[in-house]
Amino acid sequence: MKTLVYINSDNGISKSSLEVITYAKKLGGEVVVVSGGNSSDLAKLGEYGASKVIVDRAVVNGDEQQITKLIAFAAETENAEIIVFSHELTAKAVAPRLSVKLKAGLISGAIALPDLSSGFSCKVNVFSGKAFGVVTVNTAKKIISLLPNSVQPEITGSACSVEEISSNAGTSAIKIITTKKPEGNIPLPEAELVVSAGRGLKGPENWGIVEDLATALGAATACSRPVADIGWRPHHEHVGQTGVAIRPNLYIAAGISGAIQHLAGVNGSKVIVVINTDAEAPFFKAADYGILGDAFEVLPRFTEAVKKFNAAK
Amino acid sequence: MKILVCISKSPDTTSKIAFSEGNTKFDENGVQYIVNPYDEWYALVRALEIKEAQGGNVTIITVGNVADEAIIRKALAIGADDAVRINAEPTDAYFTAIQIADYAKKNAFDLVLTGKETINYNGSQVGGMIAEVLEVPFASLATKLDVNGSILTLEQDIVGGVQVVEVSIPAVVSCAKGMAEQRIPNMRGIMAARTKPMQIVEPIACDLFTTYSSYILPEAKKACKMIDPNNMDELVQLLHTEAKVI
Repeated sequence: MKTLVYINSDNGISKSSLEVITYAKKLGGEVVVVSGGNSSDLAKLGEYGASKVIVDRAVVNGDEQQITKLIAFAAETENAEIIVFSHELTAKAVAPRLSVKLKAGLISGAIALPDLSSGFSCKVNVFSGKAFGVVTVNTAKKIISLLPNSVQPEITGSACSVEEISSNAGTSAIKIITTKKPEGNIPLPEAELVVSAGRGLKGPENWGIVEDLATALGAATACSRPVADIGWRPHHEHVGQTGVAIRPNLYIAAGISGAIQHLAGVNGSKVIVVINTDAEAPFFKAADYGILGDAFEVLPRFTEAVKKFNAAK
Repeated sequence: MKILVCISKSPDTTSKIAFSEGNTKFDENGVQYIVNPYDEWYALVRALEIKEAQGGNVTIITVGNVADEAIIRKALAIGADDAVRINAEPTDAYFTAIQIADYAKKNAFDLVLTGKETINYNGSQVGGMIAEVLEVPFASLATKLDVNGSILTLEQDIVGGVQVVEVSIPAVVSCAKGMAEQRIPNMRGIMAARTKPMQIVEPIACDLFTTYSSYILPEAKKACKMIDPNNMDELVQLLHTEAKVI
């Protein structure tokens, strides 16, 4: 059995890329990684389980149509049975196309390794995180799109070979006009720790105390929908039903009441800490740890406690 | 411009999620179905705005049974011109996409719009599959869509940023937040919806790629542990030793 893993290697090798390679390795067979672009870091993917990396330098990783052709080409030449993606924007564009092209059933939003005891079944997130489903794939070839932070990267081997190929992916019908690149902070979907705040912070000028805690923890920052809608924070920080869905190890929410639409974006978090002045805030029902208090007092104290903890480590 | 908007039913966002028949079926008891919000607020409303600005026709399509005509009437009340119901249960994304693509192919649409995902299955699969069957470009998760003759200009969210792309019609676009604002149907729209044409089409034969074999509810959360707001050292210790997340 051979597994093909697609990664976007444009802004360095992301943690979610290492997660999918580790996941593919755990499936048991040989793992081949495929990518486009100009990354020179690809050989190190062998450490996480790849036996080789094939790369088409002519393919742009942001171009969904070219990537579809590149992966279909690689799946055929490598005779791969399973294709694995990280369930992010590229996967959402490419995996459904490939599913039709290769007649391969697609499992999107997988959160665990497949169960092979009767057929090929995999646990996925459904109902916006309010339940799990078990999806059985009926086709010989399978595509799995894995939710970030479902497995942790593991080093199991050493550097592997990188083969340059030409997949004749052609020109795309989708023309990229401009791309605003990520801003160097930790990308929200793959952050392990997230500090988030809502309208309780009263104004964008007060975000310093949120950022201080995030910096002390090494966390990403996020916000609730109203805060993004009124422009206090950028839209890509909005977590919830209509924003980004995240599942970090730790989610800290300050001044967010916890409406059901917000919970839909964060209920996959392993541990939730809620800071709110309102004892009736629904978020306390979904929290593991609650602090009934004013975020303006609690956040700086929290930051100090984290700094003290870091210093003692 | 001839636009096809794909809609799906989803349980009201406040519905209690439960399962029946040994956790193999979604328990519909007491569940109110709505038009999937991404399909309604973004795909349908943007389609209507394009039609209002430059003329054309907006057709609604759904794969579902007779009970789903309620959500079709809602979409017609908001302003779509006509509707198609493929008479089948949408149990698998591939099956659903094949049915819609077959209808779209026979009726030559300029633009097919979907929501970015349904809020019940969150698969984000159907739009891309339709595009592949139709052999047209697919722009996923667009937050802005402008039409200039036969060129679409789109904004797409990328991790931590935004990408602007251009694509020629015919094309499939999946729509996310930012593209339009929700519209509430008025009484005139609701009355008019009753008499707008709805075509019922029998499904074509198609294999199922995937099957949902069972569902699992998450374990009930333990009661929230309240921490003294003056004792953040205790919280940090608990996060380290008990929760093991820092």
